[in-house]
Amino acid sequence: MGSITLEGVAKRFGEVEVIPPLDLSIEDGEFVVFVGPSGCGKSTLLRLIAGLEDVSGGAILIDGQDATGVAPARRGLAMVFQSYALYPHMSVRRNIAFPLRMAGLDAAEQARRVEGAAKVLNLTDYLDRRPGQLSGGQRQRVAIGRAIVREPKAFLFDEPLSNLDAALRVGMRLEISELHTRLRTTMVYVTHDQVEAMTMADKIVVLRAGVIEQVGSPLDLYHAPRNLFVAGFIGSPKMNLVSGAEAARHGAATIGVRPEHIALATDGAGMWTGRVGVSEHLGSDTFLHVHVDGWPEPVTVRADGEVGLHHGDRIGLVPDMDKLHRFDAEGLRIA
Amino acid sequence: MSTHHSRAAGRLMISPAVILLLGWMLIPLGLTLYFSFLRYNLLMPGANPFVGFENYAFFFTDPAFGAAIANTLMLVGGVLAITIVGGTLLALLLDQPIWGQGIVRILVIAPFFVMPTVSALVWKNMFMNPVNGLFSHLARVLGLQPYDFLSQAPLASIVLIVSWQWLPFATLILLTALQSLDSEQLEASEMDGAGPVSRFAFIVLPHLARSITVVILIQTIFLLSIFAEILVTTNGGPGNASTNLTYLVYAQSLLQFDVGLGSAGGVFAIVLANIVAIFLMRMIGKNLDA
Amino acid sequence: MARAVSGRRKAAVTVAAWAVGLVIFFPILWIVILSFKAEGDAILSPLAVLAADWTLESYATVQARSDYFGHFLNSVTISVGSTLIGLAIAVPAAWSMAFVPGRQTRNVLMWMLSTKMLPPVGVLVPIYLIFRDTGLLDTRTGLVIVLTLINLPIIVWMLYTYFREIPGEILEAARMDGAGLRAEIVYVLTPMAVPGIASTLLLNIILAWNEAFWTLNLTAANAAPLTAFIASYSSPEGLFYAKLSAASTMAIAPILIMGWFSQKQLVRGLTFGAVK
Repeated sequence: MGSITLEGVAKRFGEVEVIPPLDLSIEDGEFVVFVGPSGCGKSTLLRLIAGLEDVSGGAILIDGQDATGVAPARRGLAMVFQSYALYPHMSVRRNIAFPLRMAGLDAAEQARRVEGAAKVLNLTDYLDRRPGQLSGGQRQRVAIGRAIVREPKAFLFDEPLSNLDAALRVGMRLEISELHTRLRTTMVYVTHDQVEAMTMADKIVVLRAGVIEQVGSPLDLYHAPRNLFVAGFIGSPKMNLVSGAEAARHGAATIGVRPEHIALATDGAGMWTGRVGVSEHLGSDTFLHVHVDGWPEPVTVRADGEVGLHHGDRIGLVPDMDKLHRFDAEGLRIA
Repeated sequence: MSTHHSRAAGRLMISPAVILLLGWMLIPLGLTLYFSFLRYNLLMPGANPFVGFENYAFFFTDPAFGAAIANTLMLVGGVLAITIVGGTLLALLLDQPIWGQGIVRILVIAPFFVMPTVSALVWKNMFMNPVNGLFSHLARVLGLQPYDFLSQAPLASIVLIVSWQWLPFATLILLTALQSLDSEQLEASEMDGAGPVSRFAFIVLPHLARSITVVILIQTIFLLSIFAEILVTTNGGPGNASTNLTYLVYAQSLLQFDVGLGSAGGVFAIVLANIVAIFLMRMIGKNLDA
Repeated sequence: MARAVSGRRKAAVTVAAWAVGLVIFFPILWIVILSFKAEGDAILSPLAVLAADWTLESYATVQARSDYFGHFLNSVTISVGSTLIGLAIAVPAAWSMAFVPGRQTRNVLMWMLSTKMLPPVGVLVPIYLIFRDTGLLDTRTGLVIVLTLINLPIIVWMLYTYFREIPGEILEAARMDGAGLRAEIVYVLTPMAVPGIASTLLLNIILAWNEAFWTLNLTAANAAPLTAFIASYSSPEGLFYAKLSAASTMAIAPILIMGWFSQKQLVRGLTFGAVK
């Protein structure tokens, strides 16, 4: 019902090829997240799917039908914009009803769907207010409501939570995930925040400079990143990456191990020894930045919240060898 | 949005404006240029022979021309000086926290909306008139001789009148610019130890520099064309003491009916205005790209 | 400057600001006062003037003797007329430049602005002669034509800036919602642009009302608007201060009111975006 396939899709702006030919398939009902640093082309890709930009090459198929030249309104997709893009001169009710009006639904049907969406999103009390009178979170819900009433084949989200403050973001993340569980509609979600990606996605697409670095489930990407970029991008705090002599010892150009996979040596003698630098106490965890002897960069280690180490203390580190990642000279994973 | 269809619609929608302005530019301008090369006087009907640059020669060697140029420069310069300095000071004042700020703003802005003939005549009669004007009453109270402003200092008087009208414009622009100054910059400099004068010189003034330039350029273009104020107060006199370039061309064209001569003058006025306009367009262009 | 300031400092600055404001505003205040005095009293020394009786006779005389109302109507006709025609031409042009910009759009816009910088005296002669020969001299129609042309650049410019401020994403949302071009313009663009159009209208009426070159040179008895009517007081007969004040007060009052609402538009419209 809501499958989207990209075949050789490319995008050029003038002379610059922002997205080289790219293939991707999104199954019906999946929650797919496009994630990557600023300028990686994730929003562009979303807009290509929406039809707000024309492709420079390749084809976009929606439910098997070629939608490449089709106008945005007729693709059966709904988009939630980063700035919500609500109509400021219309009430919430009329904002949500607008797409139905454009589709020519009669007044009764419009009212029914609007009320339905309002109930799902807890907007019933706000139906007669204007966007200007709403908070950020409420506006976000109105934008989602406007998308829901269209009963689209897929929802497209363009960094919808970027404009919300941190606390609100967490709550809205849950709401969107719940929405997906309830509606079972395909959702394509763009974000630069890897936490959002990890927590919400069925499938993550990691992009860099218009190129898909890896596609997989959150845990796939966590446990088996295909290259250095993905390894360093997924997971917070970042995976520790070490090159040089130490990496060579393990038969790789670069090795990586996540902070949570390094234990502190109980007897003081670990594989790596060094001095504790800055410690970040979160209460639940402590992140120690350890300057291992002879290494240029500090290693981040996650320890228990109770650990009582101080700046300058000598410590031994024991990495979990099962969770050590190895990468070759090209940055690709060595199996 | 830019599809083939909408581009065609776009061209259609913009054409009336372009055609009209093009016509407005080319036809009258072309005619002025044409007339400037003819001997053409409305009082002397008959042939209007082509006389090359004769009109231009007459125009530039007319003693009134030198006076008009000097007066124009003094008029523009005088008003600019008063409005820029006054406008900056007023803007600084109005930027402070004041009770009733809205009303003070209205009081200061008002003169700009008064039509030029009203303001000129009010100043001429109610204030500057040596018998019944307020200034003369004031002078008498102070035991001084009333001063006949418009006879004895016609140009300066007109500078005063026009400055009163344009001060609000400068103030408003500079106040807008001032309010766009990030207060955090000022606070940072205060933490760095800068006193009020230093803060003004090193932070406020550079920020205002761009707006001051814009005010100068825009006002200059309009001030070159001062007309109504001169017409209703001094008619350019006594003699040529308050004749500016615009008034000179007007006098030659519509009072002496010498169309040829007036057209030559008109061409000159256009060239002069264009020089200023080039600088202004460059500033606007920079902002359009921003 | 959002810091709390000492009460004393605020009071001192307030006094200074009000003093300056009142001095600047004083001429306007003075003519309003004089307009309510008799002619004989209007020329007295200021304190005597203030002490004299208030009266409406000057207003009555102005209307009775010189058909003030007719001139007022002329001003209204040419200001509103030139503004509406200007809007009709400018709205499509501004749409086109804001939403379907081409490579030449910027240059066209700048060129339009440059036509505003033409000194009117440079085309006085041909316009005068053309109007004379086509019977447009001393007609409201002629004035409307000229005023439309000289203010068109400003109307186009202001509308362009307002249209550009409409966030593109809202229009894209409308497109995603199924709106075609017509629906997009009618249901989304226009309602959002109405405040901008209203502001432009207001500013232009003010500029046209106060225009004092063409209105003085192209009119005589018939089409003379208020600018020209007031100018006739430059060669008065007998005592006239009170009448001039009454005429002036009526002439400037509507514009002063409109002007108070138009401050921001003034900055936008007359600095051509070079100041934000």
